[in-house]
Amino acid sequence: MAEIVLDQVTKRFPDGALAVDKISLDIADGEFVILVGPSGCGKSTTLNMIAGLEDITEGELRIGGKVVNNMAPKDRDIAMVFQSYALYPHMTVRENMGFALKLAKNPQSVIDEKVNEAARILDLTQHLDRKPANLSGGQRQRVAMGRAIVRDPAAFLMDEPLSNLDAKLRVQMRTEVSRLQRRLGTTMVYVTHDQTEAMTLGDRVAVMRGGLLQQVGSPQELYDRPDNLFVAGFIGSPAMNFMPATVEGSTIRTPLGEAPLAAGLRQALERANAPRELIIGIRPENFEDASLASADAKQNGIGFRATIDVLESMGSDVYVYFTKEIERAVDAAELAELARESGRADTGASGDTVVARIDTATRIREGDDAELWADLRSLHVFDPSTGRNIALDAEGAADRTVPAG
Amino acid sequence: MARVDNGKKIGWGAANTIAVLLTLIPVLWILSLSFKSPAAIADPGFWPKEWTWSNYSGILQTSQFIQPLLNSIGIGVIATIIAVLLASMAAYAVARLRFPGKQVLIGMALLIAMFPQISLVTPMFSIERALGLFNTWPGLIIPYIAFGLPLGIYILSAFFREIPWELEKAAKVDGATPFQAFTRVIAPLAAPGMVTTAILVFLFCWNEFLFAISFTSTIGARTAPAALAFFSGSSQFTSPTGPISAAAVVITIPIIIFVLFFQRRIVAGLTSGAVKG
Repeated sequence: MAEIVLDQVTKRFPDGALAVDKISLDIADGEFVILVGPSGCGKSTTLNMIAGLEDITEGELRIGGKVVNNMAPKDRDIAMVFQSYALYPHMTVRENMGFALKLAKNPQSVIDEKVNEAARILDLTQHLDRKPANLSGGQRQRVAMGRAIVRDPAAFLMDEPLSNLDAKLRVQMRTEVSRLQRRLGTTMVYVTHDQTEAMTLGDRVAVMRGGLLQQVGSPQELYDRPDNLFVAGFIGSPAMNFMPATVEGSTIRTPLGEAPLAAGLRQALERANAPRELIIGIRPENFEDASLASADAKQNGIGFRATIDVLESMGSDVYVYFTKEIERAVDAAELAELARESGRADTGASGDTVVARIDTATRIREGDDAELWADLRSLHVFDPSTGRNIALDAEGAADRTVPAG
Repeated sequence: MARVDNGKKIGWGAANTIAVLLTLIPVLWILSLSFKSPAAIADPGFWPKEWTWSNYSGILQTSQFIQPLLNSIGIGVIATIIAVLLASMAAYAVARLRFPGKQVLIGMALLIAMFPQISLVTPMFSIERALGLFNTWPGLIIPYIAFGLPLGIYILSAFFREIPWELEKAAKVDGATPFQAFTRVIAPLAAPGMVTTAILVFLFCWNEFLFAISFTSTIGARTAPAALAFFSGSSQFTSPTGPISAAAVVITIPIIIFVLFFQRRIVAGLTSGAVKG
């Protein structure tokens, strides 16, 4: 067991492409850290550098206090689970799991004992003498995990280990991974592009984009206090709704309506020397059916009318989709990338769809011209040019806006 | 529908039969000649009227055939082993590594494979004489390796490309040195490719005639195909057709056994199940 420290680690490929740009990250002993981001953000390259499968161009990597930049993977005492599992097809499950121990010249009795123990934990005992080709996807996945845990390494590295499983199995294995990590108490670095996996698994989540670390924090912290537009849009499902807004004196004008600016927020905007044109972000759960919102809460938000395009009832929640005429498109590189990644080609474009999660008690139907209400107490405000979250400076989010009247 | 299918079946059947006959008739012809007595060689019948083993007993009693046969086996096996070993390492580099001059290496390999052998005979003859390799086993083994390598590199690099890159990464993380990763993980998976390569290189060495006849002068190093050309009849006036046919049949048998034995191995794909299936 060991802590892993990345100090200004940079990876530049021979063709000049900068894959990872000066990443600094301290991973404590026994911590479960997730690297998450869209494809091509450098998360897998970072993991490969920790594993020793990629050279580090600049910076320093320490595992357990030792600089390992030039150490071969075999000397780093780390185990890795690959997206494709990378099981050795010519070996049985038993041989696959014992391969590392055999290379380390452990006596056969020790190998047998450890492999049997791991097989018991992972429920693979009856499959030990089968070849990977004869196993199901979930079983192969567990063999890959088993191969990592028999070694009792300083750290586990996981490269999208669940992405080849079907949805149901993935949720099941997610819990299993979490339980395993707690049980073993071993440092784990886990790479995924799935924000749900990141939110549910990690002690801490590191969001990456274009080779840069965007924000590191607990899942709740990332959700509540995103540093910038990208993190705000990436974390959370359905994603945060972004809209353009204009500040005029002490009023904020949004496509949903106008509201007075809360004192705290106004001070933050002034302190940040923010432009008048802003991007605001509202999470789906910060909307409500106006008839269901308490009169008390209503004071802190904007009421508006919208035609409901689609209504999805999930049982526990109801999602409604509506569009708002927006005269000025939200234009930010971060949002464009998010849109590409998720397939939503038109995030924040004018006339864009807004998603709202409302109480199941609602009587709103598809096609209704419904009266909705947006809670502005947890409003996120971003600078369109830098993508920074300006509202972060404004403490006391509860009174960002004075009563709408 | 059924009619069309039948028509297709007949068409393909006829085409296949013609193809098989075209390839088999010369073989059968040699076979029948090998069982004819010297006097009956010129008989018009395809099959001999009287079957005789005399051609076989004749060639198997003379060192003029037994020694070249041993030479063929020895030279073929040694050249094949060395060529496959070198080719697998070179192919691995071609398939997996990025290094300057890779394209040049592949191009050179192709160039050697396409070079007409006859144009090399004269210079190589001089070189071998100067180096003292003329009429020795190494004198044939070395050029056979040189001509077997391009073929081997081509076949094996295709096999290595098929093997998922991540298996090697997994082996490295599991604590393998690059050499162990190659011998314990990659090479076993490429085994079908190595067997295929070995068979093809061995066939080339076994059948090769031009170098064999040019770089040897006695049965000390002469291989079987070259030795056939030196067969003589029992007298000045008898042609050695019978013994040559018998010898041709004898040197074909190991090849047939070889291919039949490894046929399944060649087609077997070992990589299934390595990654998500």
